[in-house]
Amino acid sequence: MLTLTCPCCGIRAEETELHPGGEAHLVRIGPEGDDAAFESYLFARRNVKGVHFERWRHAYGCGKWFLAARCTATLQVFGTYSAQTTHPPAEIVDAIRAARPDWTPDWTSDWTTP
Amino acid sequence: MPAAPRSGRYSVFAIAREALRHHSGWTRAWADPAPRDRYKVIVVGAGGHGLATAYYLGKNFGITDVAVIEKGWLGGGNTGRNTTIIRSNYLQDPSAAIYEKSRSLYETLSQDLNYNIMFSPRGLIMLAQTEHEIRGYKRTVYANNLQGVSTEWLDPQQLKAKVPILNLDGPRYPVLGGLYQARGGTARHDAVAWGYARACSDMGMHIIQNCEVTGVRTEGGQVRGVTTSKGEIGCDKLAIVVAGHSSQLAEMAGFRLPIESVALQALVSEPIKPCMDVVVMANTVHGYLSQSDKGEMVIGGGTDGFNNFTQRGSWQHVEETVRALIETFPMLSRLKMLRQWGGIVDMTGDRSPILSTTPVGGIFVNCGWGTGGFKAIPGSGWAMAELVAKGTPGPLAEGFGLNRFREGRFIDESVAAGVAH
Repeated sequence: MLTLTCPCCGIRAEETELHPGGEAHLVRIGPEGDDAAFESYLFARRNVKGVHFERWRHAYGCGKWFLAARCTATLQVFGTYSAQTTHPPAEIVDAIRAARPDWTPDWTSDWTTP
Repeated sequence: MPAAPRSGRYSVFAIAREALRHHSGWTRAWADPAPRDRYKVIVVGAGGHGLATAYYLGKNFGITDVAVIEKGWLGGGNTGRNTTIIRSNYLQDPSAAIYEKSRSLYETLSQDLNYNIMFSPRGLIMLAQTEHEIRGYKRTVYANNLQGVSTEWLDPQQLKAKVPILNLDGPRYPVLGGLYQARGGTARHDAVAWGYARACSDMGMHIIQNCEVTGVRTEGGQVRGVTTSKGEIGCDKLAIVVAGHSSQLAEMAGFRLPIESVALQALVSEPIKPCMDVVVMANTVHGYLSQSDKGEMVIGGGTDGFNNFTQRGSWQHVEETVRALIETFPMLSRLKMLRQWGGIVDMTGDRSPILSTTPVGGIFVNCGWGTGGFKAIPGSGWAMAELVAKGTPGPLAEGFGLNRFREGRFIDESVAAGVAH
């Protein structure tokens, strides 16, 4: 069973206490976005087999949204972090690299950089 | 490689002949060739949908220069992991058309393939356990009758007569009625894959197992071939029919799909005496149930809500599914469960499949069947073969293009069918 620590209230919660919210760090398309960008924002998910950043809500706890880094192929959890960020913080990246040496962050390509 | 040996026709005379010579004359059902350098069409994925695509390419369009490439073993993905339910009681017209085509092909598939797929049109019931479901399923019955799909509404007493083990007045979710499709049912899932594989092999197609695609070669926006664990293989056309790993294949080809992969699981009980001769789906409580020919109760549950490629189920879903079902089927509470397993299903936003051309010339995708792909295998292969052969979708596939997401033209079955889709 998947267990995540809510970074908002600090409680270790298992998956029945949490509500999954899909891929994290999606860049919202503004009024200037074209059809392709809007389609991509709504539907074209990475659906990564491996390191995945995703949104969760501590639904039966503090009720707050947070983000998690998790491997979709093994269900290994690398860490959870605040949702108030545009990309994963350094300690999450370090934790992932410690477990997956060949993994490289790719948010220079189409994620916003701070 | 020598030409694939013809597998010989199965018949009562063949059985009698083999009985007299200690079954020494049976040949293998399909050949196991090494890949050639080049094929006209490569189908990635030797599950039901991939093999059916290859079969109808040969049967309907005379294209037999085809390789079906599979990273594991034939039919070892979702084709071997589903609950074998066949039905076509969908709300939207494009869905009803392709699923009913599929169901009607299942009726004669054993004869077409000369392989007993054990199609059992035992009837299928979808229980209505809330007022909303009553309205939803009555609407579906009316829609089905307009679409030429034969379904009817049954009241609780008629349901009880068909399913004596049903508890009508469960305290939380009483049975208020149900949608009944008399020609829905089940089939032997492995036999569907094996039957198609044998027919494809007999047409001279290559089925290459244990051959993982690791890259897709394109040139000037046109597909040139695939890189595999057994070397480079060239092709004119590439059909990606890989369900849960569709996003990974699309990424190799340089585009994204509106797909997310999640685990769906099922479990099966110890075998018991015959007690239920229809398929029952209870969508409100996320459980569906049929009895296999061996006597096991085959139980399907809900999906995980999060992306998952592990092909494992989760205990909380087992508990949720079983807890819900024993209210509606109290006699299940004493059964021991034998096995539990998971498969990776490819979910689209509108819970309808994708049969489409792609941004890369010569690449076609057939995916997004989500939690209900088994029932669609023959129809999906039929429509996909037309798409691959002609390069443009035929009437069955044209509503299911990738462009529907950009154009907001969804075939929205998520409301109509809920989770147990």
